[in-house]
Amino acid sequence: MSSTGANLVPTETELIQCACQGDKEAFYCLVQPCERGVFTAAMSILNNAHDAEEAAQEAVLKALTALPRFRGECKFSTWLIQITINEARLKLRKDRRHLYESLDEQRTDEEGQYFPRDFADWREIPSEQLQRTELRDALKRALDSLPPKYREVLILRDVQHLSIQETAQVLGVTEGSVKTRLLRARLQMRDALTPGIDGSWSSGKQEFEKVRPW
Amino acid sequence: MSVIEISCLEVWREISNYLDGEIDAALSARMEAHFKACAHCKAVLDGARNVVKLVGDGVEYQVPEGFSKRLYSKIKGK
Repeated sequence: MSSTGANLVPTETELIQCACQGDKEAFYCLVQPCERGVFTAAMSILNNAHDAEEAAQEAVLKALTALPRFRGECKFSTWLIQITINEARLKLRKDRRHLYESLDEQRTDEEGQYFPRDFADWREIPSEQLQRTELRDALKRALDSLPPKYREVLILRDVQHLSIQETAQVLGVTEGSVKTRLLRARLQMRDALTPGIDGSWSSGKQEFEKVRPW
Repeated sequence: MSVIEISCLEVWREISNYLDGEIDAALSARMEAHFKACAHCKAVLDGARNVVKLVGDGVEYQVPEGFSKRLYSKIKGK
């Protein structure tokens, strides 16, 4: 791997050039900062660590092959996440077609109005609440309960902090779709998580009825 | 300056865009006026804002141990 100076960290462009010439160390240097993002993107679709790792590995190898065609129109990390999302969807279709609704059939009712299930007041969360296992478990269950197309958009936007434009690019949908899905995802999460009057964290219809008196 | 009223339905439709600053100033002003008057919509707004914070701060998928090493081996072996 070459660099412009002895103590300078090579730029992304330099690493890409080296990687295109077969320098695998340079390619690994490009990929390494994106590892968590790539794994999280795969998890948002597959929701299983083993499958997500396999999809992430496949995606990275595909990116290595396709790198000479990368034109730098977006960040390398966005491009890699886009490949990962496609790989994870492919894996979902291939391995679990019988378990999940088809991604192609998830277009129904997206434009319909979402009605909040209730209007319970939920004041600001004290940061120490996040340390509570109970809350983390409720958060995980609420996320798991989201349809995959809402979960992936929520994770890309609110966990990975991709912009609306980047999220649309990565998912291959319009920015309008990203906004609609994000609204659904956030309001469904709110419905699932709003703490009850006794302070319990709910994450499903059963508890929802129990903890909410109105 | 007076703002044109907005319905609860319209507010719910735009609440996520409002949180992301994705709406124009006029709509934003109408929504803010609505939140001052409507406790229900204010509760939905606070809850949605909490979700964004919770998901941002509290969701973390632990990368499996050895992930990086295995990925490196795959790259080298390609």
